[in-house]
Amino acid sequence: MSILFQVTDPVVLLGQQVSLLWIVIGAALVVFMQAGFALVETGFCRAKHAAHVVSTNFAIFGLGFIGFFFVGFAFAFGGFSYSAFGMTAPVGKALIGSGDWVFLWQGGWAISGKAITPAVLGFFLYMAAFMDTTATIPTGSMAERWKWKSFVLWGIFCGAIYYPLFAAWTWGGGWLARTWSTMSLGAGYVDFAGSGVVHSVGGVAALTGAYVLGPRIGKFDRDGRPRAIPGHHIPMAMLGTFILLFGWFGFNAASTFAATDVQFATAATNTAIAAAFGGVAGMMWITRRTGKPDPGMMANGMLAGLVAITAPCAFIAPWAAAVIGVIAGVLVIESVFFVERRLKIDDPVGAISVHGACGIFGVLSVGIFSNGSYGGGWNGSTSTGIEGIIKGNWGQLGAQALGVLVILVVNGGLSFAFFTIQKRLTKGGIRSAPDDEIQGLDIPEMGVHAYPEFAGAH
Amino acid sequence: MKLITAIIKPFKLDDVKDALKVAGVNGITVTEARGFGRQGGHVETYRGAEYNVDLVPKVRLDILVDQLVVDQIVDVLVKAAGTGKIGDGKVWVTDVSRVVRIRTGEEGTSAI
Repeated sequence: MSILFQVTDPVVLLGQQVSLLWIVIGAALVVFMQAGFALVETGFCRAKHAAHVVSTNFAIFGLGFIGFFFVGFAFAFGGFSYSAFGMTAPVGKALIGSGDWVFLWQGGWAISGKAITPAVLGFFLYMAAFMDTTATIPTGSMAERWKWKSFVLWGIFCGAIYYPLFAAWTWGGGWLARTWSTMSLGAGYVDFAGSGVVHSVGGVAALTGAYVLGPRIGKFDRDGRPRAIPGHHIPMAMLGTFILLFGWFGFNAASTFAATDVQFATAATNTAIAAAFGGVAGMMWITRRTGKPDPGMMANGMLAGLVAITAPCAFIAPWAAAVIGVIAGVLVIESVFFVERRLKIDDPVGAISVHGACGIFGVLSVGIFSNGSYGGGWNGSTSTGIEGIIKGNWGQLGAQALGVLVILVVNGGLSFAFFTIQKRLTKGGIRSAPDDEIQGLDIPEMGVHAYPEFAGAH
Repeated sequence: MKLITAIIKPFKLDDVKDALKVAGVNGITVTEARGFGRQGGHVETYRGAEYNVDLVPKVRLDILVDQLVVDQIVDVLVKAAGTGKIGDGKVWVTDVSRVVRIRTGEEGTSAI
């Protein structure tokens, strides 16, 4: 073991070993979030599409994974190392750019070569699970009308290129992480567990994908007013939300990359605080808006708190986690109304608002609420701790705002281009035929009903 | 012989069934039904957007009775099914020309 970990001090070695275990446990928890997404999205859709919607959520794990396995990991993390869990050297080097301006990395293609150690593999697994979270976000906003073979291509594209790009610029040590040096912006772009890298990046793809597909048949009346299309299984959706909360502890707490870094307890607790306050804020806000505590909006409220707390969870005080949860719980509902009533975009599960809007809010809240108690030396900077505007430091918010701008322009543009080009090149486009959509995609696309005993029910 | 057909609120089924048993009814047939009356459905919200429930879930009862007791049974049913609120449903009575119990071949009132 000491050969793999290259240290001789038994206490340090034990710390590295336990930290690697923490990462693998974290990866398993994040993988389980796929089950949560599958239940949330399927529950919010109609029974006639249920086999199709749940199958997209099932298949995306492998599709994204394959793209990430062959090239995605190398593009994003070829230059990454972190000795706390024994990954003492990067598996590769810069592919495009150098120094403070790296745009893509390389090395460890197909996770092979001499540099691949157990520590690297544990890190790969954790990062693959994060990538799959991004990949599955558009399956929600594009549900009930997305042609299967078009969806398959998205999964591989996301794992190979779409996700790794922004990951390379931030967590991989690329140019956005180095803006502390090149532009004197705080500690560079800081995103503890991925409000931006994972959720906003997935959220903008959910937006552009749903826009390119167009709304479900019957979603808007002749005057353009949105009509509700109730999901078929609310208990399923709410169970999925709780599974996501459970998995989120792996997402956020294990992002310390080290069990020896006890800030993981802060991250875990702030995560739960934001989830609790987000869910209750969502409940109260939708009651105020429509008179009843809509279960779907309660679920979205909790997820909104979770998405927003993901970036700042290690850098803030518990009171700030509560404030972030409350703001996210209100923001998600107003965002759903805005997307549906103003943009006229049909998002069956609220993925654009949960992951896109609240992800952006989470990224910005690092630059607002961080209290300077954690994150010294982040991104290789000289920072003694991440500080937001509550500490009088505006530079960090600048770095965060730049990150948001990049996500909107680059990831928004890239995903819009992908779906648009795919639509042009695919015979009949990327959307299912209207007859299939009305009948339900289960039989035309998948060949089976989700619920054969209730065939004909909507 | 008469056939009583009743459309009632689903949650009133147990009350109606118990009252009919006490009143001496031997059997009822229950069907889940959907429909609208003067109420014309109602509006609900889901995720903040409104949608119309045009066809409201109801329960349909079919009860064969002797014409001597039909008015009494209808009164019991109306009393048990009523809430005083809109959407309570309807009851109507039709003539029945022939009834056969399949197992024994009995006909008429003895088949009820």
